[in-house]
Parts: sequence; structure tokens; C-alpha cells
Amino acid sequence: MMQKAKGKVVSVNESLVGALTTEGSVMNGEVAYIIIEDGKRLKSEVIDVKPNDIVYLQVFEDTGWMKVGNLVEFSGLPLAVKLGPGILGSVTDGLQNPLYELAKKEWFLERGLVVEPLDITVKWHFTPSVQKGDLVTGGTVLGSVPEKLFEHKIFVPFSIQGDHTIEQIAPEGEYTVDEPIAVIKDAVGKSVELKMVFEWPVKKPMPFNERSVPIDPMPTGIRILDALFPIAYGGTACNPGPFGAGKTVLQHSLARHSQADVVIIAACGERAGEAVEVFKDFPELIDPRTGKSLMDRTYIVGNTSSMPVAAREASVYMATTVGEYYRKQGLNVLILADSTSRWAQALRETSGRKEEIPGPEAFPMYISTLISAFYDRAGIELLPDGKTGSLSIIGTVSPAGGNFDEPVTQATLLSTGAFWGLSRALSDARKYPAIDRIDSNSKYPSLLNREEVNFLLELLRDGKTIASNIILMGEKGITDEAYIRHQKAELLDAVFLQQNSFHEVDGVTTPDRLRAMFDMVKEIIDATVGIKGKEGIRSHFNFIRLAFLDWNYMKPDEEGFEKQKMKLVNLVKQREHVAENV
Amino acid sequence: MLQKTYENIDSIGRAILGIKAKGVHNKELAEVIYPNGQKAFAQVIALDGDQVTLQLFGGGFGVSTDCKIRFLGKPVQVGFSDDMLGRVYSGNGQPIDGGPELLSDMIRVAGPSINPVKRLIPKDMIRTGVPMIDVFNTLVRSQKIPIFAKAGEPYNRLLANIATQTDADVIIIGGVGLKYDEFHYFRQRIEEAGSKNKTIMFVHTHRDSIVEGLMVPDLALAVAEQFALQGKNVFVLLSDMTQWSDYLRQVANAQDQIPANQGYPGDLYSQLASRYEKAADIEGAGSLTILGVTTMDDVTHPVPDNTGYITEGQFYMKDGYLELFGSLSRLKQQVNDRTRPDHRSIMNAMARLLSEAEERVKAQKFGSVKDDYSLRLLDYRKTFQTELMDPFRYLELEDALDLCWDTLAQHFKKEEVGLSSKLIEAYWPEKGKFKILKEMTHE
Ligand SMILES: Nc1ncnc2c1ncn2[C@@H]1O[C@H](COP(=O)(O)OP(=O)(O)OP(=O)(O)O)[C@@H](O)[C@H]1O
Ligand SMILES: [Mg+2]
Repeated sequence: MMQKAKGKVVSVNESLVGALTTEGSVMNGEVAYIIIEDGKRLKSEVIDVKPNDIVYLQVFEDTGWMKVGNLVEFSGLPLAVKLGPGILGSVTDGLQNPLYELAKKEWFLERGLVVEPLDITVKWHFTPSVQKGDLVTGGTVLGSVPEKLFEHKIFVPFSIQGDHTIEQIAPEGEYTVDEPIAVIKDAVGKSVELKMVFEWPVKKPMPFNERSVPIDPMPTGIRILDALFPIAYGGTACNPGPFGAGKTVLQHSLARHSQADVVIIAACGERAGEAVEVFKDFPELIDPRTGKSLMDRTYIVGNTSSMPVAAREASVYMATTVGEYYRKQGLNVLILADSTSRWAQALRETSGRKEEIPGPEAFPMYISTLISAFYDRAGIELLPDGKTGSLSIIGTVSPAGGNFDEPVTQATLLSTGAFWGLSRALSDARKYPAIDRIDSNSKYPSLLNREEVNFLLELLRDGKTIASNIILMGEKGITDEAYIRHQKAELLDAVFLQQNSFHEVDGVTTPDRLRAMFDMVKEIIDATVGIKGKEGIRSHFNFIRLAFLDWNYMKPDEEGFEKQKMKLVNLVKQREHVAENV
Repeated sequence: MLQKTYENIDSIGRAILGIKAKGVHNKELAEVIYPNGQKAFAQVIALDGDQVTLQLFGGGFGVSTDCKIRFLGKPVQVGFSDDMLGRVYSGNGQPIDGGPELLSDMIRVAGPSINPVKRLIPKDMIRTGVPMIDVFNTLVRSQKIPIFAKAGEPYNRLLANIATQTDADVIIIGGVGLKYDEFHYFRQRIEEAGSKNKTIMFVHTHRDSIVEGLMVPDLALAVAEQFALQGKNVFVLLSDMTQWSDYLRQVANAQDQIPANQGYPGDLYSQLASRYEKAADIEGAGSLTILGVTTMDDVTHPVPDNTGYITEGQFYMKDGYLELFGSLSRLKQQVNDRTRPDHRSIMNAMARLLSEAEERVKAQKFGSVKDDYSLRLLDYRKTFQTELMDPFRYLELEDALDLCWDTLAQHFKKEEVGLSSKLIEAYWPEKGKFKILKEMTHE
């Protein structure tokens, strides 16, 4: 076993601290604590080992009042996350300190405060599934405890290798995560005590048992996505966009309505208030699919923009590792990372302080490698028990100046399967979600079938062409046929693609309703309109739009829902409209 | 604590000084002592062995190698007491209004952020009487929101209006790179409004050093935060954060940092965020609202760009108007469903029509706009601008909403505006029954 190092601070430059090791050996990536004058221990991570016993540490806390000569204690262990029951429903900072627990100590995020990541007082009802004498290895299920919505499997830690025999296993009963529940013995007779919780290094992807390709669309409740630019279980997507275009609203909507079992929100370098909205609202919201609080399926990890920058990277990896763990439970996990650009910027800050050779826009040269490795942790996993689990990742990107031609957006585009480009023009026009209808894409299958998707995309492209003709030549410069086609495209946008995230009913569309809406839209698009003259045509579509929107805002079990639908159908067939005009 | 004095200055830059010293703390406050006994503040910003880098509050000009540096054994702090109300301070926390220095508690500056669980979801609308704000981009208590404008637009007037016409308990003005007349203007407005005894000013003008300018937001926010913790609703005005960012750039460049975009340091985002994020509605205490100014020519410039990614929206001022496009209040949806039932819908409908009208403006260049509907859109746009976009027209929210309905009815048919039948029934003004708009009857 390697001897843990000790050292002293020799330089301080914001979050980058140089230390001289005086004894022991150092591992790149290990955690070290810097002990400042008031005795506080500031957590840091070794990010570079240099000649002459110098190491560089990125410190996860404010380095004010540190001085040359402060002691450094190395832990010998990489930055890790604690995995076990109790994660769901919790809110932690980027280093897994539960925020509600921290708040019991201080109002402000004072440095050096640490709290147990998983509550060690909660008793979990453990039911063993192995017996004394059974052969087990890393990843074998020892038993389970009920956690919120499902049975949480208790594994032999994944780091354990080779066959082991169960020497002791706890009988069914109530245990905390801090109590031993099993003792296992390896081939040479060395025994290990196991608890319901174990650690895993955040930067090390958990190996897949067996990997498979994402093919099943994950319903998100957002029409433009489910119909045109879907995400699959185990897939990846990115939504870049200028500030204020709707990235976070989209992510929150996904967090509420996506048909995933577990949702992990990584609030990375963005506004604290936005994370607060989630963790204060979600406990009150009922998930219609489970009948339980939405918070029960949610875990929020946040390193918001005014928290120490160095911990941002850790927060993203933390979220991912927890996601991989729940995938191993056979669940469909969705990670929402807002914003990956802030993570990249944190790397840029550190890289700059290390005086590494900068790439474009001063981002480190290796940024694209890191980004693709991150998204590669998503995927479908076939588990030993024949079940599957999936991990999907959707990351926002915040490009400087809203220009997608920058290193982080470009690297992300190469690494993700769906691209939802948010457009300033659409958000200015309040056409939410402001996802570009033409430039966005997805390689995953839609809830609609291929021909139906193409049918819609074709209309949108036609609509765009005609719209630019109208700008050039005026309405009078185009034929009635072209104008009708244009109005159909506008209608498709207004009643189907646009969606008000803040509306109770319109904010989420189930697959069934999506189908019903699509059928209605198709009927409108297929209908021949016999009206002559632009004014009349526009007015016809105005009436349809109005009736359609009224319908969108109604619940299917609401009185008048069917009536409204009939009204719409009649309008499409031009009966009622003609009658009204008489 | 023993205060150590050092004499061996290695280097002096525009805002940075290098010296060899031992036992010095990161971020420690120090004094530059001139040969004639005069003093100026400095702060440690980096340590490398016995090499200490300080940033000079008084700037590097006039500092000589025979100056001495004394390390004061404490971090940068600012005084805090109720007696500060009505007073004016400089960027190093000294009174500059001729009044006496106060004995007050010292509080930390640029402290850690509040635990997010201590934040409340913002929920109180701040009525400003400005239609473009109240109707379209509602201001909410604890919001952080800047005005984006070209230098020379009347943004300070709007700031002063909002600060004095609303119900803030305490107003803290942080002036960075203020021109003297701007400083004077704020002072005068505060006095005229009778708000002097609830206002504190931290002022940095062009004649002061840039490091003092850099300190202003931190001092203002530290004091504001204390008042908020005591249960007060505090308004902080920061003008102009573009100047502030430029000072940050200068100091970063002096340290040979690798710039990210247009010379700005790679941490510009984090630096701005740690200031703006002080805005909060605090559980069991008061609130802190930040209204800023970000002067700009182009919104994709690194300063407005990074700011926009941090703040909860922005008010975009152009040619004396508050623009609809380019302005945003991200917190509006927290409150605008509890004002009047039509608020949200009419806001969206007005915006959608205006954006349709903007399309026609483009088309106008090709001389292709001739049809009746397009012409009506253009007329609508004109009414919108003159009636609603004036930042200095005072209207109660309800009147402003009625004005919106009048404007729609003036130019459109009911079915053209995309509003639900229910709302149309409830609010559509019949001809001759306009409430606010003077009805034109050319149709
Ligand atoms: N689907 C939507 N429905 C209604 N309003 C929306 C929608 N999406 C966005 N908005 C409006 O736009 C505002 C900005 O959206 P959002 O905060 O998601 O932007 P963003 O892209 O995350 O910006 P930033 O990069 O600065 O974080 C919201 O506060 C809301 O007012
Ligand atoms: Mg956002």
C-alpha cells in the first residue's frame, strides 16, 4: 500500500495551489486537504504532478487567507461519490454535501463545512437475496431496500474483483447505511465487511456489463421533440442557444415530464435561483405516472455560478456517476446538465492558471476529448439479470455571443445524437420552445413514423421558402396556392410546435394526445381550401388556429373537449366558418 | 497581530505590484507607505514562494521602489451601521461627503454565497409604472437585471426612477466609473425624492484608481446583504458594469493572464456572477434586488453577453425607448399569472404581432408591403412604439393592460390576435369604448 503524502503550500493563485510534497507518494487525481490557520480543511484535488516534488492542486473552496507553508494532507484516494439508498429526493452541492444539512449549520456556504452525503440515521428495510456460502463478486446483488418508488438493489461494490464467498449476511430487518450487512471472503481467505453504501471515483466511468444501441424514443411531453427531434432512452442531446432563448425552461420541462424513472439535474455554473425553483416546486408536484411527488425520482446536484469554480467539473461527474449507478439498478435515468459551457469555462480557468498552451478562445486543447468522453457515459446497459438500464444525457451549451461556431458547441455537436439549436429569432418572436425547426436534427426514432415526420418537415421547409418570397415580393406576388401552403406551415408552428411550458395542460403532451393532435394537424394540411383571395385565406386559418389553441388548453376529460374538437373539424371542413360569415 | 513592513519592491505596474515577503496571507490587506508618509491600500492577489503580488487600490502611478509595504493582518472589510444611511463613500470604503468617519462593525467583503436552500422563490412583483416593464417584463423582488444601452442613453434616469418610485427600504448606489455629473444627478434625484436617509452611495469616478472601481460592487453588495439579513428590502443600483469589466480586464492583463475573448479574462463570467448572484430573497429575512447598467454597442460583445447569461433578463434601451425585443424578465412568469387574468396572454399576443410587424419592416425595404393586413401591422407597430415604449410614461399596470387591448382593437379584428375566445369576450373593447388610447376612426 502506498504511503500517503504530506506537503506544504508553496504558491497560491486563486483556486490553483502549488504544494511541495515532503514525504510519501502522490497520485494524480487524489484528494488533498489544505489546512489553513483557523484549522479549516479545504478540499482539493491533485491535477498535476511536476518535477522536484511539486504538485498542483485545484482547491474546491475559496483560497483567501491561505499562506505559503500551510500544511497539505493527501488522502491517497481519488475524488469519489457515495452510492447507496437515500440519494433520490436529495439536493447536494458539487461535492455531495447535502444543502439542507449544510443550512442547519450556516446560512452561507462557508468553506470547510462537510456533511455526510447520505443520512446515516435513516433505517432502511433490507431483504437479503443471497445466503451464507454463496459465491459473489463486484456487482452481485446482495439484497434490496425499498427507496421511494422502487426496490434499490444493494450491490457488492463494483471495485471488488474475483470470486468471494458470503461469510455473513444480515437477516431481513432495518439497517442504516452505516451498519455492516455482509462479510465476504476472497480466495485466500481475506474477508471484507460490506455496508449498503460504497464509493466510486467520479471521473472513472463505471464499466458497462454489456452495451447496446439506443433505439426506443423517450417521450418528453414536448411536442416538437417527440415529433421531430426525439431523444432515445440511453441517447444524448444538446441544446445550445444564446442567453434567454429558453435552454433552462426546456430542461426544467424535461425534468418534469420526461418518461424516465430517475432524473438527475446537474445545475452547473448557472443561477442558484433556477435550481431553487426545482427543489422547492418538485416536492409539491405530483408525477401523474407514479402518483407520487416528482421529487421522489429526482436528484439535484448543484455548483451554481457563485460557488467555487473548481468544484464545477466535479459536480458534472458526480451527477454522471450517480446516473450510472441507477442505470445498474435497471432504471431509465436522465441527466440534465445546465450548462456544460460553464464546466468547460472552469477547465479553461484552471488551464490558464497552469499556463497550458491554449486552444481556440483560450479553451484547453483537450476540451473536445473531455466532452466526448462525458457523453460517452450515456447509453443502454444490458444487466446480468437480463434487464436493461439506460442513461440519457441532455446538456445545454451557452456559446459566447450565441455563435455556435465555437469550441464547446462544436465538440458537443460531434458527441451527441440530437441537436436542438435554440434561435434568438424564434425566442424574440415568442415562438417557444425556440428550437430551430429547420436546422435541428436527431438520429433517434420519433413517436410518429418516418413518413409522418418527413411530411411535417417538408411543410416547414416549404413554409420558410414561401415566407422569404413574401418578404421579397409581397403577398400579392405569390399565388393563392402558395399562400395556403404558407398558412398551413404557420398553423403547424402555432398550434403544434409551439407549446407554453408554463401552462398546466399545454405544457405537457402525452404520446396519445400527440397522436390525436398530429392526426388533426394532418387533416388540416391535407384539406383542400377552396377560398380565393389572401384576406379570406388568412381569416380561415385564423379561425382554425383560435379553435385549435382553445382545444390545446383543454383537458381531455374536461367538459366541452369533444365539442371543441368537432368545432375544429367543422372549421377545417369550412362549414361553420362559412355559416358564421353569412 | 504583528504587522510586518517590507521594503524590497520588485516591480510596479499600472495596478499591480510585486514584492518579496514572508508569512503573508492570500487576499490580505496591505498599505503602501510613500516616502512622504502618505498611505494607500493594496491587496494580496497571488503568492509564489516569497514572491507576493498585490493589487494597488490607488493605482501604480507614483508608487516608487522606495515605498514600503505593510501587511495589515486582515482581509478587506467594510464598515456597517445604520448611520451609513445618507452617506457617500469611495471605492475603498472611506467617506467622501465631508462627514465624519463612523465607528462601525467591520463586515467581510465578497463573502461566500448564501446556501440556495435559504433562498425563497421570488414572488413579489415590483410595480414600476413603466408599461414596458410592468406588462412585458415584470420586475420581481430579488431580481438581478441590468439595463443594456449605448452610452448616453437615459439609463441612469430610469434607474433613479425605479429606485425612488418603488418601496425599497434601503437603496445602495454603486457607481463605477461615474462621470461627475452622473454622480451629481443620482444625488439630486435621491434628495428630491426624499430618499436620502435610506440611501448609501459608494462612488468611484474617473479620477479614482481602477482598483477602487473594482471594489465598489463588493462594498455595495456586502453592506446591502447585511441590511437584507436584517429583514430589509434592499435595492442595489450598479452603474456601469461594463466599466467594471474593463477594469477587470486591465488588472488581468497586467498579470499576464491568457485572455479568452477580446482581451477579457476567462473568468469574466464567474467574476460577474459572484456579484450578481448576491441578489436573493432570503428565507426569514429581507431581500436584495440588483438593477445594473451595462453599456454596450453590440449585445454579442463579451460584457453584455456574459452578463446576459448571468442576470435574470435585461431591459434593452435604444434611442430612448425600452425595446420589446432584446428585453427579457425571466422572473415575470413567477408573478404575471397573479396580476390580472389577461396579463400573460395579452403580453404574448402583443409580442407575437409585433414580431410579425417586424417581418413587414424587413419586407418594406423591398417595397413589397401593400396588402391591408401588413399595412395594419405596420400601423400597430407605430402605436405600440409611441404609446407603450416610452420608459418615462407612468401608467398603472391595469391601465397599461387596457391600453394594450385598445391598441389591438384599434388595428385588428378579434380573430386576428390569437387570443382565446374567453379573454376576447371579457376584455375586447368595442368601438367607441376605449379606456386609455385615443381612438382613431379612419377605418
Ligand atoms: N417554452 C417556453 N414557454 C414560455 N416562455 C418561455 C419558454 N422558454 C423560455 N421562455 C421565456 O424565456 C425566458 C428565458 O428562458 P431560459 O431561462 O430558459 O433561457 P436560457 O436559454 O436558459 O438562458 P441562459 O443561457 O441565460 O440561462 C424564460 O424566463 C421565459 O420567460
Ligand atoms: Mg439557462
